Order: sequence, then C-alpha cells, then structure tokens
Amino acid sequence: MSASEMSIGMIEQVAGKGAARAARRRRGMDGGVRRPGWVTYALLAVIVLVSAFPLYYAFLLSSSTSSSIAQNPIPSPIPEGHFIENITRVLTADINFWRAVLNSVIVAVLTSVSVVFFSTLAGYAFAKLRFRGQRGLLAFVVGTMAVPTQLGIIPLFIVMAKLGWVGNLAAVIVPAMVTAFGVFWMTQYLAEALPYELIEAARVDGCSMIRTFWNVALPAARPAAAMLALFTFVASWTNFFWPFVVLGSTNPTLPVALQLLQATYFKDMALIMAGVVLATIPLLALFALAGRHLASGIMAGAVKG
Amino acid sequence: MTVASKPALSRSAFWSRLDVKSAPYLYIAPFFLLFALVGLFPLLYTAFVSVHKWGLITGNGGFVGLKNYSDVLGQPRFWQAMGNTFSIFVLSSVPQVIAAVFIAAVLDANLRAKTLWRMGVLVPYVVAPVAVGLIFNQMFADQSGFVNAVLTSVGLPAIGWHANSLASHFAIATMVNFRWTGYNTLIVLAAMQAIPRDIIEAAVVDGASRVRTFFSVTVPMLRPTLIFVIITSTIGGLQVFDEPRMFDQIGLGGNDRQWMTITMFMYELGWGNQRNFGRAAAVAWILFLVIVAFAVINFWLTSRIASSGGAKPAASRSRRKGVSR
Repeated sequence: MSASEMSIGMIEQVAGKGAARAARRRRGMDGGVRRPGWVTYALLAVIVLVSAFPLYYAFLLSSSTSSSIAQNPIPSPIPEGHFIENITRVLTADINFWRAVLNSVIVAVLTSVSVVFFSTLAGYAFAKLRFRGQRGLLAFVVGTMAVPTQLGIIPLFIVMAKLGWVGNLAAVIVPAMVTAFGVFWMTQYLAEALPYELIEAARVDGCSMIRTFWNVALPAARPAAAMLALFTFVASWTNFFWPFVVLGSTNPTLPVALQLLQATYFKDMALIMAGVVLATIPLLALFALAGRHLASGIMAGAVKG
Repeated sequence: MTVASKPALSRSAFWSRLDVKSAPYLYIAPFFLLFALVGLFPLLYTAFVSVHKWGLITGNGGFVGLKNYSDVLGQPRFWQAMGNTFSIFVLSSVPQVIAAVFIAAVLDANLRAKTLWRMGVLVPYVVAPVAVGLIFNQMFADQSGFVNAVLTSVGLPAIGWHANSLASHFAIATMVNFRWTGYNTLIVLAAMQAIPRDIIEAAVVDGASRVRTFFSVTVPMLRPTLIFVIITSTIGGLQVFDEPRMFDQIGLGGNDRQWMTITMFMYELGWGNQRNFGRAAAVAWILFLVIVAFAVINFWLTSRIASSGGAKPAASRSRRKGVSR
C-alpha cells in the first residue's frame, strides 16, 4: 500500500499526530479544493445562532422575574441578575429537584455502562466469532431498530406493576440495558478494528473465551464504546415518556421533574426557565467536552448504516 | 502415557469445546432476552389487551372482541388526534429533511474549523424535548410571547399559537425541527462526503452548473441516506408526545384538543380519567399498523422520487463501492 492510499487515521497510527496533520493539510491543497468565501461562513453563523438562541432566551428568562417577563416579551439581551435567586427557588421548590438530579445521574450512568458492556459482548460475537445462524440473527437485531417499542408500554406497565416496580428506577433502567443500535454499532466497529490475529494469539496463550473478550476485545472497542456511552447518556438524560408513565411524581427523573415544575408553578415562568437551565447545563458541559465525538459518531454511524 | 491422564485431557478438551460453541450464543443472549421481554412481548401482548375489557386498576375483565377498536374508531377525538399527528408530522419532517440537505451542502465546503461548525448545528440535540417544549411554549405564548412580539413589531398581526389549531401544529413542529435538524444534517453530510469527488467533477466537466450538479448528481446519490432519515423520522414523528405534552401546563392538547396527538390520546385513555387499558391498547396497535404502512409507503415513494431524479445505475454502484470500505 502506498502512502497516498493510506487513510489519515492510518497515518496517525503509524507516524503520529503531526504527520497526520501534515497529510491532511497537504491533501486539502493538492486536492485543489478551495476555501469557501465569507458568505458561507455568514450563513453558517446564522444557522448556529438560530440553534443557540432558544437556549440563551431560556437563560435570559431564568435571570429575570415573572413580572418583567410579562412586561417585556422580547427580553433585553443582557441578563437581569436574578439567576442565582431563581435557581435557589427551583432547588427548594416543592418537587424534589435534587432527587430528580440524583435519579437522572443514576439512570444515565447505569444505562450507559450496561449498554456498552452488553453491546460490546454481542458485537464481539457477531463480528469475530463463528456460529450457526449468525447472519440471520444480526439481520434480526437490525430489524428490531425499526420496531416502535414505545407502543408496548401498556403491557410493560402491567408487568412493572406486577413486579412492584412502578415508581422504582429499575423500571426505567432494566428495559434500557442493551439496545439494538448499540449491538449493531459495536459489531460494525469491531469487525474493522479488531484483527483476528490478536484473538488467536490470546486463545493460543490459553485464554478462555470470556477472558479473550475481556483482555482483547474490550480494550480494542474503547473508542466506539466511548461514543456509544455518550449517545446512551444523552438519550437517557433526555428521555421523558416512559419515566413519566412509570415513575410518576414521587420519584422523578429530571424531565419528569420539569413537567411537575410546569404543572405546579405554571405562572412563574422565571422559575420554570431556571429549572430548564439547570436540567440542560450538565449535558451542555458534556457537549463542550465531548461534542466533537458526538458529531463524528453520528457521521460514522450514517456511513455504516 | 498412563490411562488415568486420558479422561482428564478429554475433559478439559470437552470444556474448551463447549466454551467455544456456547460463548457466541451466551454473548448475544442478553440482547435477545431483553428484546423479547420489553420489546416483542409487550407489542404482541398489546394486541391481547386490546381485545379485552381491561382497566388500569381492575385488570382483565374478559374478552370483548373488537369492541375497543370500534369504540375508539367511533370517537371523534381519535380522528382529531390522528389528524393532528399527521399535520405535525408533515410540518416537521418535510422542512427538516430539506433543511438538513441544504445545511449539509453548506457544511460540505472545505471549511476552517469544520468540527466546530458541525458541533454548532448539533447543540440542540443535547437539550431534552421537555426543556425544548417549555422554552418554545413561552416563545410562542399567545400573549406576551417572543414570536408575537416580533411579528407585531414588524407590523404583522399576532397569531394565536395555542388557540389556533394549525398554528399550534406549526409551533410544535418547530420544536421537533429545532432538536433534530442538526442531527440529520450530520447524517446527510456524512453521505455527501462519501460521494466520490470524480463523479461531481465529471458533471462539472460536462458543463453542469453547481446548482444543476447538486440537484442532478448529489441529491440522487443521497437516496439511501434520505430513505433512512425519512423512515426514522416517521417512526419517531408519528409517536410524538413530549413536545405537545409540554405545550401547556395541563397536557391534554388544548381546550379543544387542537394539538392532542395519538400517543397523548393513548396516554389519556390508559392513565387519564378513563383508566381503560383495553382502549389504550387498541390505539397503540392501530398506531403500530399506521407506522408500518407509512414506512412502506415512504420507502416506495422515496425510491421513486429519487430515482426519477436521474441517478444512473453506474453512479449508484460506485457510491456503494465508495462506502463499503
């Protein structure tokens, strides 16, 4: 394989980050692709501003008072300075906001860990092991992604009621412990990223199947696993319908708590927006740290899917 | 070699063989078990519940045949909810796909700091639909709302975003579009970048303008991706709940149920005043069939529309080659 056929990723692995950057730059030039003009950037800036505006609007309302919100439908672009006060009011409001924060963290973390583990396990089997019915079963997994499982909530609720799990976080965590998307995602990744030689070497060294998975496959799966964890965390944090149905007001997650906040204090828009901001900040922080992986994950998934 | 060592050897060989044979099935078992328990079984059991008299608290009250279905289909609210759902769905999915294709085309340029721009369009994705609903509910408030204030300040009449049915659908569709356009943009962008550059260049060499190239070469080659985006947005869009649920503090879809969707209707039947799981299950099963029908129709329509756009077989072959690295 000549150097020009190597992907940037390969160059990065073989020759280090600096060489990869240089190759990227070189390709950008000898490909003859010119830089776009300012119109493109202006257009993009408008799109990004439109995406960000509702969030800033929520922040502005959360730093004002209900009377000033009623008087100024178009808020002044400078925050009014009641932010801390409104946040404090949310945290001491009659809806157990702290409990909701804790619940959301518990659900999102446990779901992400579980989805990553079980999806990697299944993905490893589909990508690297040989067994009867392999292709058919994988096709089945992909097919289940199109099944609107949300429509099965009535029996699911009946089952949870029988188990005594209504109002219990287990009712939200257990059904989400492994997803078809996760299995498919890890299968695709491990098929490319894990060489058979590594598996065989571990087997020759006397590793059992599960040790081979633990010592070889799991470390190799790390980049894709991190992305999967990220997607699962976001999906779990923003999930509303099923937690709303099964948890109710006694033991809410954050989205359920926001609904309660609206139902209880619907006239106090500053308070509600403070709740919105509080519930959104953790994911925005996560996005600032790992958003680039989220973006490239969506793009990688699209090409493979 | 003693005789005693032989069974020991074969025993370990036996375990090793069993390990190799059973391991793959053990590894994929969790997914299939869980899907059977929380996916497939509930969906099938929904059909069972739907032909029984069944209360949230009272439980199974006996077989009633298709009575729940005829009850539901005889309710004007069911048809209203169906209409609202379709209206919101069309207002959200069509502009969203078009916007995603165009924003992707802009992002497809050789940008500086391209990762940052991609992240920029993705920001709304990390905002929970419930939070989006609360924010837009206030922006679209009938009195002292942001949107109406902007409209009146430029001399346009204020709109009853909650009072008027179609206007409320537009507002709710805006929430859905806000959260998902960026996400779909990145999917389309990935597909655009997988199109081999020489095909685009060939069109340019043949004298096609940039606009012509975009519509006659790029868009048809995005076909598989667009089908994927449209089908996923159909499955999600027809079940829309969070955003309309948060559009007022009562959550029933307005005074005249002008923005009540099918899933909200199902929730109200099952967990509202009626507590009628039988009817709710009938609604769920009807919606399931509608979604399946829609997915099929979408698939058929999209492949027709896109192929009449002029995709050459040779072109789609080389796209596949470009992707299946």
